[in-house]
Amino acid sequence: MAYLLTLLWIIVAVLVSLGAGWCFRAFLISVSSQNMAKVFRTAPLTASFGLLVIAIYTSCAVFAPLIAPYGEAEILSYGFEPWSSDYWLGTDNLGRDVFTRLIYGARNTVGIAFLITALAFIFGTIIGIYAALKGGFIDQLLSRLIDVLMAIPSLIFSLLMLTIFGTNVISLVLVIATIDSTRVFRIARAVALNIVQLDYIEAAKLRGENTLYLIIREILPNALAPLAAEFGLRFCFVFLMISALSFMGLGLQPPSADWGSMVRDNADLISFGDITPLIPAGAIALLTIAVNFVVDWMLHRASGLKD
Amino acid sequence: MTKAIPTKAKTKTPAKAKAKAPAKAKPKQGDILLQMRNIHIKGKSDESWIDIINGIDLDLYRGEVLGLIGESGAGKSTLGLAAMGFCRDGCKITDGSISFDGMDLMQMDKSSLRELRGKRIAYVAQSAAASFNPAHKLLDQFCEAPLVHDVMSRNDASQYAIDLYDRMNLPSPETFGLRYPHEVSGGQLQRAMTAMALSCRPDLIIFDEPTTALDVTTQIEVLAAIKDIVKEFNTAAIYISHDLAVVAQMADRIKVLLKGDEVEQAPTEIMLKKPSQEYTKSLWAVREHTRKEQPAVKNQTPVISIKSVTAGYHSSVDVLRDVSFDIHKRRTVAVVGESGSGKSTTARVVTGLLPPRMGSIEFQGETLPAQYQSRSREQLRHIQMIYQMADTALNPKLRIRDLIARPAKMYLGLTGKALDDRVRDLLHMIEMEPDQFIDRLPSELSGGQKQRIGIARAIAAEPTVIICDEVTSALDQLVAEGILKLLDRLQSELDLSYMFITHDLATVRAIADEVVVMKDGDVVEQGIKSKMFKPPHHPYTELLLGSVPEMDSKWLDRLLDSRGKDNLGDAAIAKMNKKS
Repeated sequence: MAYLLTLLWIIVAVLVSLGAGWCFRAFLISVSSQNMAKVFRTAPLTASFGLLVIAIYTSCAVFAPLIAPYGEAEILSYGFEPWSSDYWLGTDNLGRDVFTRLIYGARNTVGIAFLITALAFIFGTIIGIYAALKGGFIDQLLSRLIDVLMAIPSLIFSLLMLTIFGTNVISLVLVIATIDSTRVFRIARAVALNIVQLDYIEAAKLRGENTLYLIIREILPNALAPLAAEFGLRFCFVFLMISALSFMGLGLQPPSADWGSMVRDNADLISFGDITPLIPAGAIALLTIAVNFVVDWMLHRASGLKD
Repeated sequence: MTKAIPTKAKTKTPAKAKAKAPAKAKPKQGDILLQMRNIHIKGKSDESWIDIINGIDLDLYRGEVLGLIGESGAGKSTLGLAAMGFCRDGCKITDGSISFDGMDLMQMDKSSLRELRGKRIAYVAQSAAASFNPAHKLLDQFCEAPLVHDVMSRNDASQYAIDLYDRMNLPSPETFGLRYPHEVSGGQLQRAMTAMALSCRPDLIIFDEPTTALDVTTQIEVLAAIKDIVKEFNTAAIYISHDLAVVAQMADRIKVLLKGDEVEQAPTEIMLKKPSQEYTKSLWAVREHTRKEQPAVKNQTPVISIKSVTAGYHSSVDVLRDVSFDIHKRRTVAVVGESGSGKSTTARVVTGLLPPRMGSIEFQGETLPAQYQSRSREQLRHIQMIYQMADTALNPKLRIRDLIARPAKMYLGLTGKALDDRVRDLLHMIEMEPDQFIDRLPSELSGGQKQRIGIARAIAAEPTVIICDEVTSALDQLVAEGILKLLDRLQSELDLSYMFITHDLATVRAIADEVVVMKDGDVVEQGIKSKMFKPPHHPYTELLLGSVPEMDSKWLDRLLDSRGKDNLGDAAIAKMNKKS
């Protein structure tokens, strides 16, 4: 019976999400311009659900102080209060409101993950395309250098770097961005290799264009679709990486709220049958799934398949 | 051809050649094989469905060859595939009936259709290189269909393959099937594909532009092989092509399509002599364009002078050997040859993409740096290039405005209003309405329009010489004609010189002043056009000239009679090499 009930809940949850996706898509179509509306009309329900989740997370991150009932680091009561009308999701080990910290966590974790991914992409893409364009010795040098960096397991490498440079936000961003840009380099180079042999690149070279123009105007716009799709995936990985580092105490430092460290701090509660520590974990999982739904849709669009 | 094993087919060959002519006079032999009625096919474009075929009827009798002719976008291939009850992704047959040998293909389920395809209806695609699986040997791919359809045992199938390879005049048929697709030439691969289509002895074969991607000399081999085999097996065929002269050789009856509608249909002889529709006449007229030859120039510094250039890509092999010729002001030099003859490599040397090992390029008397990186901007500006594939030559993410404006901005320093005016002028010059096209992306243009943009980009730099690399070979005849006329006009307006690379002798006749014939990296013959098209020829030039299909349905038969079946294409070249 319990098994059937769980199944029923899962079905209801899926239907509700798809319904929400459908409503959100209808909303997007009605508010956006004609061209964009055409794009959204082709979006499957999963993708529009993903967009909805991303929109909710983004607004949480942007308007955190307005939405959250208490301050981020405010100590309100004794630790581990149960769920109540005052504290919707109870309080954590130090007596801070979990719901508030969940909302601020969106700002810290998602914001930093976005920054890291953006940096990794700018860096990785430009170097990758440059290597593909120049070829020969420069390509070999850069590629082998990146290979060396990729050969070291990323978590261990980042732990090492963070212990060397200290655990502050700036070094966290730079270290993870550097490590992640190696993966982006690989993709950007592979995509660009196919583009640099096309005639329009040859035509531009013969025109006497400089390297920067070639990278930015001629190659990058044509490599954008696969890179954008990769951006979504990378974003998820960075997200998980920060959470993993936070869980080990090397990520964002207290008292900033962060979903990874929230799981660690309140992990004790699980032994008492309380699911509160799983909620930030669930928030991570939901965003990961949402981003992947959107990425799948973008990949499908980029591939040009018609059904 | 050294160790051709004697088979039954071999002994039959001479008798068959003679029997050909009378069979042609009476095309409608046997009973009806394929009947398509009122076919409507729609294709999905963005959100809406657009018509690709609007109600075409098609009848095909056993042993008959039907030619389908039309420009790209006429629906030839779509109609051809529909004859198998098949539609490409994003298309659907909305109306009409297809009956093949009494069976209604529209009503059949997928598994019985699959049973039919490959076994009783076969398809030969345009690009054999893209249609073979590169990971399997030719023979294994040949045997697949007979085994799947349970027609023959593996041993019988390979025996049959060897037999067919032999009849197709493929070299050492015993071992030919043991090679991988990349180990044989393009013409051989296309014949191997035709052999594969015959593997289950189908009643109907659909040939979709089987020789379009081939050189003229190779094309003949394939045409001869197809013609032979179709007659012998009494197989019905639908032959799709945009090349009228080719279809004239193959088909008993020709159907002309235009934008999904049938224009007319008639037996080949009648169609060639007196087509009834205006559109068909315009197609026929295309090959008649020639321009007046300008006299040879003497005692004048050539614009471009290629001085005994030897070049190659890697260390060992020379792709070009001691190539020299001049390009004079306001003259068009056509560089002719088959693929692999070094035409495009010559262009790469001239542009500086490939530094020559020996020799040099002179521009108006002064030697140019060998590499484009070391040439000045001014030197780069004078030599512009137009590419064969306009699709890949234009950045798909840039608007027409930016594509054309870039060279004008870079070289001539135009900005703002002056630049905009210049772009509009250029669009006028290539006969495209600026307001309509200036903000479009290349993907929103047709093939011919894209090529025009390529031309506009080249002339925007105000060059002295333009290298045209097979600029018309990817285009339909009517469109190509327009491009040639445009180039002609621009030449006289802007005092341009062209180096015109092509493998198509009809184009040479239309546009050239001087001709350079290349073969395997050597210049075989060069001179002014009128001389080149008059005998005596170098044997290779003669082979090229003789291989161009003529608008006469008996041309191929005559050629085969005079040259003999074993003396076409590769074989003829090999023989010629031995002599010289």
